[in-house]
Amino acid sequence: MLLLAFDTATPAVTVALHDGARVLAEESAVDARRHGELLAASIQRVLAAASAVAGDLTGIAVGVGPGPYTGLRVGLVTARVLASALGVPVHGACTLDVIARAAASGLAGTGAGDTAGGDFIVATDARRKEVYWARYTATAQRISGPGVSAPGELDACCPVAGEGARLYPAELGAPIEPRYPSAAWLADLTAERISRGAPALAAEPLYLRRPDARIPGPLKRVTP
Amino acid sequence: MNAPLVLGIETSCDETGAGLVRGRRLLADAVASSVAEHARFGGVVPEVASRAHLEAMVPAVDRALATAGARLADVDAIAVTAGPGLSGALLVGVCAAKAYALALGKPLYGVNHLAAHIAVDQLEHGPLPAPVIALLVSGGHSSLLLVPDLATAVVPLGATIDDAAGEAFDKVARLLGLPFPGGPPIDAAARSGNPAAAAFPRGKYRDQTFDFSFSGLKTSVARWVEARRQAGIAVSVPDVAASFQEAVADVLTRKAVDACRAHGVGHLVIGGGVAANSRLRALAEERCTAAGLRLRVPRPGLCTDNGAMVAALGAELLARDVPPSQLDFAADSALPVTSITVP
Ligand SMILES: [Zn+2]
Repeated sequence: MLLLAFDTATPAVTVALHDGARVLAEESAVDARRHGELLAASIQRVLAAASAVAGDLTGIAVGVGPGPYTGLRVGLVTARVLASALGVPVHGACTLDVIARAAASGLAGTGAGDTAGGDFIVATDARRKEVYWARYTATAQRISGPGVSAPGELDACCPVAGEGARLYPAELGAPIEPRYPSAAWLADLTAERISRGAPALAAEPLYLRRPDARIPGPLKRVTP
Repeated sequence: MNAPLVLGIETSCDETGAGLVRGRRLLADAVASSVAEHARFGGVVPEVASRAHLEAMVPAVDRALATAGARLADVDAIAVTAGPGLSGALLVGVCAAKAYALALGKPLYGVNHLAAHIAVDQLEHGPLPAPVIALLVSGGHSSLLLVPDLATAVVPLGATIDDAAGEAFDKVARLLGLPFPGGPPIDAAARSGNPAAAAFPRGKYRDQTFDFSFSGLKTSVARWVEARRQAGIAVSVPDVAASFQEAVADVLTRKAVDACRAHGVGHLVIGGGVAANSRLRALAEERCTAAGLRLRVPRPGLCTDNGAMVAALGAELLARDVPPSQLDFAADSALPVTSITVP
């Protein structure tokens, strides 16, 4: 098995290659405005680092958000095209679940997640003064979400991973790691799901909001 | 020996285009349009267009391959519109093209949308002479270009200073209660109208530049219609449509012919969605004939945005050994027309 994983639903562009047992190569960069420039070149470097070519891939794992739309689509269209062109399956995963998996491993044994039975929240930047969020158990099982809300509307129950806690410390409290998703964790989560025969998400974006568009009003008069 | 097979991808506005070209032969041109989703908003909504591109991209490429009876593995190079256009929309096509290039291990060309509008004519009328003057008119652009060499040199002569010609069609259509996009319904209404019913202004008609202005024309049509409605006089939609269309076609063809004369160029090529307008085509033919110029206009389906035009330019670049783009190029919503390819 050779799984290529990537996520572009946050300011991070993160890519990893996984052979079913371990991560062979990975690379991440944080630049909210350059997903479209960074992703393909990063995939090329990660493949080269593992002495692999695209034709060797047996599957694609992609973070399906929620996240800012433009970056999100960079990952999704890349995943759909690679899967179609290579004739391999694409496995979608909620980006917040990927952050949660890393957060849970960081919390394990530290006692930091002991409040509220070890639950924690993942919150990422949804722009417009809102966050994308979901709530998890100490073992990274999602109990609610994903949703999009103003940070003040979230139940300040427990530690918060993701960029949301850094952006809104007053509303969300002290942040825990990690800040961004990592494709290594996405690959790990996906490889484990594949081995269990558990279903993945479709490669459909979790926009969570409808596009902003207004029906135009009556024509303005041009004569005084 | 077979000429190389080029896949062209276009997502600069509301059409998801995937075209396949072998040399100068058009094999397939699959276009999925989100225009119906924009109609009620009276214009293209960028986020709606971008979402539609994501959904339509792979199916469009698959349809083009099926039509051409080709497999993806047969593709020798990929070309994609790098700009200008709506940035979020461009990005979907650019990332798709990069992924195809990566999967196939084939060269990728990020190309200029305007140059592609010119190149598409080669699929219908054979090699373009050099130099040629190009008039490109659509909802997003209105430009006059001198093209010494399609693969390496495009020189801007003039462009609209305000609205694009196609935008004026959309706005006047809305004023007349006609649907979006405004080009086809205005063209249809104008067939039974009198083009001399109203003397609408020709912006920058005699200003000795090759720039255009359509904002004053649009306002003048609005005033004319409003004044009559307020006075209780019935407004003839065909007459307004015909008079407006005449003003647009007049100024576009006049400046295009002037540009040919000024630069001693004997061939004019017209492209872009507005080039589908029947009056523009007829008047251009008439004036080119009178001026001893040769006119080339692709059939209407190739004038509007499509993937074949991008493939046509890609095939030209490949044939001319122009170096391909790197995988890290950016979609550029304001890509200047002088950049035929991006590095
Ligand atoms: Zn165009």
